[in-house]
Amino acid sequence: MNQLKLNILDLIKEDARLPASTIATMLGVQEAEVAAAIKEMEDDHVIVKYAAVINWSKVDDEKVTALIEVECTPERGRGFESIAERIYLYPEVKSVYLMSGAYDLLVEIEGKNLKEVASFVSNKLSTIESVIATKTFFILKKYKQDGIIFEEFEDDGRLLVSP
Amino acid sequence: MQDYLASHARAIPPSGIRRFFDLVSNSKDKDIISLGVGEPDFVTPWRVRDAAVYSLEKGKTQYTPNAGMPELREAIGQYLNDQFQLDYDPAKEIIVTVGGSEGIDLALRALVEPGDEILVPEPCYISYSPITSLGGGIPVGIETFAKDNFKLTAESLRAAITPRSKLLVLCYPSNPTGAVMTYEEMLPIAKVVEEHDLIVISDEIYAELSYGTKHVSFASLPGMKDRTLLVSGFSKAFAMTGWRMGYACGHPDLIGAMLKIHQYTVMCAPIMAQVAALESLTPNGLEEKDRMIESYNQRRRLVVQGFREIGLACHEPQGAFYAFPSIQSTGMTSEEFAQRLVLEAKVAAVPGHVFGKGGEGFLRCCYATSVSQLTEALDRIGNFLQKIG
Repeated sequence: MNQLKLNILDLIKEDARLPASTIATMLGVQEAEVAAAIKEMEDDHVIVKYAAVINWSKVDDEKVTALIEVECTPERGRGFESIAERIYLYPEVKSVYLMSGAYDLLVEIEGKNLKEVASFVSNKLSTIESVIATKTFFILKKYKQDGIIFEEFEDDGRLLVSP
Repeated sequence: MQDYLASHARAIPPSGIRRFFDLVSNSKDKDIISLGVGEPDFVTPWRVRDAAVYSLEKGKTQYTPNAGMPELREAIGQYLNDQFQLDYDPAKEIIVTVGGSEGIDLALRALVEPGDEILVPEPCYISYSPITSLGGGIPVGIETFAKDNFKLTAESLRAAITPRSKLLVLCYPSNPTGAVMTYEEMLPIAKVVEEHDLIVISDEIYAELSYGTKHVSFASLPGMKDRTLLVSGFSKAFAMTGWRMGYACGHPDLIGAMLKIHQYTVMCAPIMAQVAALESLTPNGLEEKDRMIESYNQRRRLVVQGFREIGLACHEPQGAFYAFPSIQSTGMTSEEFAQRLVLEAKVAAVPGHVFGKGGEGFLRCCYATSVSQLTEALDRIGNFLQKIG
């Protein structure tokens, strides 16, 4: 990937709403170049989506998130791919990672309440044939996600005018 | 009490920035966007803060050697060598000070005698002239101009020299203009300095914040090392203003004299700040510095283009984190413009005249603030210009 694309990604991962014209000025290049690079990255699914990062604990709507360690037997020829797929196709599953170490897949799941998550684990996840064991961990509080700190930002502590 | 004050204390004028600060602070308007600051919008990187916290936990609360912790002086020497090809002996040629400001104070106190003329290219940082006056010296402003991108020229330097000229103060990259000087542009200055046997205080606190061309230290010019006192510090490039960490490097005789004054006045710079500064010079600390500088550069381009788009002439600032647009087209003085801008458009910026000769008609705008704030500030200034236009 070229430097321009990396620089653009650096800027829009912080603020996806920056217009191409502003990005172009900030990077000292033509707007058309930026627009083309963004289009290319969208087409290549480098940029997958422009989604807001939401602190759900501030939303009244109740929500629980759990991380589930899944131990499973890989399938001949396909490894973990089809098991992962069977899991990630559920909309309540937010992320699925193949892990090194003591277990195989790490699944992040979101539900309205504890019962809903528990029911997903017992009815959907554990019943998959190749799943050997699961361990569920409920998230109590999110401090930082995707590099973004959820604590309230303190006001700019600087004097309004200084030499 | 006035009658008891020493005449030299009474004589120094209050800073024009202070007056403007009072005006802005008294307005109590939460909605004001300030481009009037002189410091980074980043807080000190966590690894640096953490190093200081850890040192406190370990009970590092003592004095350090007067000149600063030996390992910090070593690290500064190495850093200056890596970055700017300077070669200072940490044992005799480097002193750690309480901010770059103390370095300037010590140097002027060690060098200025009553009647000495101190040459100061202006517009410039506000402290050189008052400190010169405190020691009985005579500050001589040399005006620099937008048409020269606010660089000092050998001709104007030569024109200001008299038999009493002793010292030249340089500050490039410049606060408030953002001007930088290249090797080729400084060579003729060095020639005049040599011809007239001047000493140079080179305030290079913004050295790392040079965009496009790499900073050249005046001390690195042929023959200039022994004539130059380099003053710098951690405030700007390392986002450490509140720590008050600076350093000065120069001839052992001068550093020795400064050290005497330093040990009688402040003893040593605070140890926790020295520990923090040492951490900021580690490879990880330097990486954080580079990241911040790149971010200033992006915002510099944004703000310069923004000023030009709303109709204010703005030379290209190639260093520091200030833009210095001209407001002459409005027919207002910079004081009047800045005051009305705060009251009517809720944007604070510093009127250029407070920085001395050549500053009138300009406005110092610090772009070390978020992109959204900068965009909003430019919009407000644009609307203000239309209203008064």
